[in-house]
Amino acid sequence: MTQDWRWHVPQLEDLARKLGLEWSPVIFEAVPDSFMTEIAVYGLPVRMPHWSFGARYIYQLVQRHMGYSRLFEVVFPGNPGHAYLASSNGLADNILVTAHVLGHADFSKNNLLFRRCQEQGSEHIVEHAANHARQIERDIEAHGQGAVERVLDAALSLEQYVDLDQALRRERYPEFVAAPKPRVSDSFRSRFAALDAGPCAIPQSHKTRAPVPPHPERDLLWFIATYAPEMESWERDIFLAVREESFYFYPVFATQIMNEGWASYWHARLLREADFIPQEAYVDAIKCHSDVVRPIAAGEKSALAINPYHLGFRLWEDIVKRWGVDESLRIRREDDDFSFLRNHLTRELATDMGLFRYQRQQDGQVKVIGGEIEALREGLLLDKYNFGAPRVSVVEMRNDGTLVLQHDSQLDGRGLDVERAGKVLQYVKSVWRRPVLLKTLDATAQPVEISADSAAAA
Amino acid sequence: MNSDSSVPERPPISGWYELFSRGARDWLRHSEKIRAAVREHLPQIVAGSDIINGGARTVHVPVRMLEHYRFHLRADGEQTGVGQGKAKPGDVLGQANANGGPGQKGSGGRERGGTDLMLEFKVDEIINWLWEDLQLPNLQPRAGRSEELEWKREGLDRHGARSRLDRRRSLKESVKRRALDPASPAFNEDLRYRQLTRRHQPAVRAAVFFLLDVSASMTERDRQLAKTFFFWTAAGLRREYQALDIVFVAHTTDAWEFSEADFFKVTGSGGTVASVGFAKVREIMQTRCNPSNCNVYLFYASDGDNAADDRAQARSELEGIAKQSRYCGYAEISAAERSTATETFQLFQEVATTGVPSGLFVIKGPDDIAAAVRHFFTAESQAAQIDAQGTAP
Repeated sequence: MTQDWRWHVPQLEDLARKLGLEWSPVIFEAVPDSFMTEIAVYGLPVRMPHWSFGARYIYQLVQRHMGYSRLFEVVFPGNPGHAYLASSNGLADNILVTAHVLGHADFSKNNLLFRRCQEQGSEHIVEHAANHARQIERDIEAHGQGAVERVLDAALSLEQYVDLDQALRRERYPEFVAAPKPRVSDSFRSRFAALDAGPCAIPQSHKTRAPVPPHPERDLLWFIATYAPEMESWERDIFLAVREESFYFYPVFATQIMNEGWASYWHARLLREADFIPQEAYVDAIKCHSDVVRPIAAGEKSALAINPYHLGFRLWEDIVKRWGVDESLRIRREDDDFSFLRNHLTRELATDMGLFRYQRQQDGQVKVIGGEIEALREGLLLDKYNFGAPRVSVVEMRNDGTLVLQHDSQLDGRGLDVERAGKVLQYVKSVWRRPVLLKTLDATAQPVEISADSAAAA
Repeated sequence: MNSDSSVPERPPISGWYELFSRGARDWLRHSEKIRAAVREHLPQIVAGSDIINGGARTVHVPVRMLEHYRFHLRADGEQTGVGQGKAKPGDVLGQANANGGPGQKGSGGRERGGTDLMLEFKVDEIINWLWEDLQLPNLQPRAGRSEELEWKREGLDRHGARSRLDRRRSLKESVKRRALDPASPAFNEDLRYRQLTRRHQPAVRAAVFFLLDVSASMTERDRQLAKTFFFWTAAGLRREYQALDIVFVAHTTDAWEFSEADFFKVTGSGGTVASVGFAKVREIMQTRCNPSNCNVYLFYASDGDNAADDRAQARSELEGIAKQSRYCGYAEISAAERSTATETFQLFQEVATTGVPSGLFVIKGPDDIAAAVRHFFTAESQAAQIDAQGTAP
C-alpha cells in the first residue's frame, strides 16, 4: 500500500460536514477477515457464546470461501461509534468504506428510531454486549454449560419478542387495578353528589388485584424474566441481556433499506466531490461502488430478491433530486423503512427500477404477477413486521403458574408451524418451570392448543 | 457493506483478533451437541453388523445441522415476493432459486430447514463411547513376573541397526572429537545407536475365552447377535489391555478353536453339548495360561438349549473353569421372553450361588448389545454382583 487510507479520513470528514452530515466520533479499526465473518454472524463484535452461532458461522465461512459475498465494513452506532474495516480492503476500498461509514454514523446519530433505542439502552452497545458475554462465561463457570445453554436456548429463540414502546428498564405492572379517575366536577355532578344516597349507596369498593398480564403482552423476554415463578436471578439476567441486545438490533433491522441506501448515497456523493482522491483510487472505488449497489447478479436477467443497498440508493437519489438535501436530512431523521417506502417509492421509480411481484407456485415455478404500487410496497415490507417474527403474546398466567401464549393468527394470515412452536415451548418451559401453552391455528385453520409436554411426547 | 466480488488474497495482519475464534468455539459446541445426540443412538450404531463383516474402520452416520427453533408461520403453498429485472406480468421465471440474488444477506439464522452433514465416526471412537468407564470385572494384579518381557530402550552402543541411530548423540561425539583434533575426518566411530534390552514388567495379564454355541438351534440371527456382542467386547478389551489373549472357541456337539477372522465367519449345525465346549476351554487354559499369574475370563453365548443329559457333566466342567477364573459371563440369545429359565441359564445361576463371580444377560435383539457390554463391564454392576454373591448363603 503506497498510501495509508487513514490519511484521507480527516479530509472526507471535512467534506461530509460541509455537506450537512453530523455524527459522533467514530473509531476506525482494521481487522482480519475472520473477525469480520464473526461480526457478521454474531451481529456484534463480542457477543454471548451459543452453539447456534457456530452453525451460522460455518455457513458463512463456506459462503465466503465460495466467494459469494464479502464484507468490507461493519459500523456500530454509539458515542464513540466503532467501525471495523476488513484488513483485506485495498486503498480504494477503504476510501469508499470510510465515506460509507460516515453516512451510517450520521444516520444512526440522527434517525429518531436509532436515537430512541440508544437512549433506552446506551451509546455503548459494543461494550455492553462484551460485558454480557463475560457475565455468561462466568455463569458457565458457576452453573455449568448445560444449565446456561438451556437458558440461552430459550432467550435467544425469543430474541425478537420485545416491546420497543416500553422502556428498557421496565417496571412491573401495577399490582392493583387503578382507582377510577375522579370525574370532572360540574354543577350537575356537585348537586348529584350532595343528594342523600340513603340505602342505595354503593359500598366503597376496596382495591382489586390486577390480572397479570393486564393486557396481551408481546414483550415475552421481559415478561418471563419478570414473572417466571421459579427463575433464578442469573437466569433472569440472561433474558434481560438478550433483551437489551434486541433493543440495539431493532433499529438496524427496521431501517436497513434506508440506512444502507443513505450510506451508499453519501459514499458515492463524497467520492464525486472529493478532489483530493488520486485518480486511480477513484476509478477503483467507483467500480467497487457499482458492485455494492448492483441489483442483479452478473449474467442474470432478473433477481428474486431485492438488494437493499440498491433500493435505498435509488430512493435517496430520487429524493435528493426532487426535494433537495435539506428535505432528505429531515426524512432520514423521521422515517423508518415502513414510512420510507410508503412515502417515497413512487410508481415511476418502481417501473424504472423494474420491480415486480411474483408468486412461487406449488410446483416451484415462479410466475410474475402484476399489481399496484401499494401491493409492491407491502410486498417489500412483508418480512419486516414485528421484527420479522410471528406475533405471539402472553395472554394469561393461571393460578397454577401456567403460561398461556396466543398467536395472532388472524393478523399473520395463518397458523404457526406447530412442530417448531412445540420445540420453542419446550425451551421456554425449562426456564418457566410450569406448564406452557400456546394457542394458534392448525393446517385446517382450526384453533389448536400446543403445550410443551405434548410436544415432548410427540 | 458487502458485495459479491471475488476475494483478493492478502496476508492476514497479526494481532489479538487472531488469538481466538468465537465462531470456531461455538461451532465446536454445535458439533459436540450433534455427537451427543448421535451417541444416544449408540445401541443402533453398535447393532449394525456390517461393521464386523466389512472390517471398515469408520461408520458414516447422516446427521442434520441442529436447528435452534423459533416461532415460524406454517409454510404456505404459494409464496409471493418482490423481484427486480426485465419481467412483465405473466412471465414464468422457471424454477426458483430459493437463495435469491445478489446482496441478500443471510436472514440472521432464520432460514428454514437445515443442512445435512455426513458425520464420520471411527469405530475406535464408538468403542471409546461404549467402553468409557468400563473395565474387566474383578481384574487383579497377579503375583510374579509376566512371561512376556517388554523391550525397553536402554543405553547406547557403537554398533546397531540404522533405524536406531541417535543422530544427536552421534553429532555430539563428532563435535567432541573434532574439538580435540580439528583435522581429523568423520569417522564411523562417532556413530551411536540406541540399545534395547528385555526387562521384566510387573504386569496384569488376562486371557479371555469367547465360547460360542453354533448348534442348529442357534439361528443365523442368533449367531449374528452373539458375534456382534463378541466383536464389541473384543474391540473394547483390546483398547484397555496391552497384554491380552483372546481365545475363540465354538462348539456344537464337538468343539474347535478358531482364529479371530474365522470365528466371526463360523457357522455350524448339530446338537448342543455345552460340556464339550467347556472342556475345550479348560484344555486350552491348562496348556496355555497359568492361572497363578493370569486373569482368566469366560464369556459364553448360547440360546440356552443344552442337551438335558449333559447337565451334570456341563456343571462339573463349568465349575472347573470357574474355580480358576476371575469371572464367567453368560449372554443368552433369546428370540422371545421365556417363562422358565433355560438349561444353561439355570446352570450359570447354580454356579453363581457357589460364590463364583459371574453374570448373566439376556440379549433379545440388536439394541441390547450395547446394554450387554455395559452389563458385564460396568464397575457398578460388578460391585452389585459381587455384593449379591457375598451375601448369598
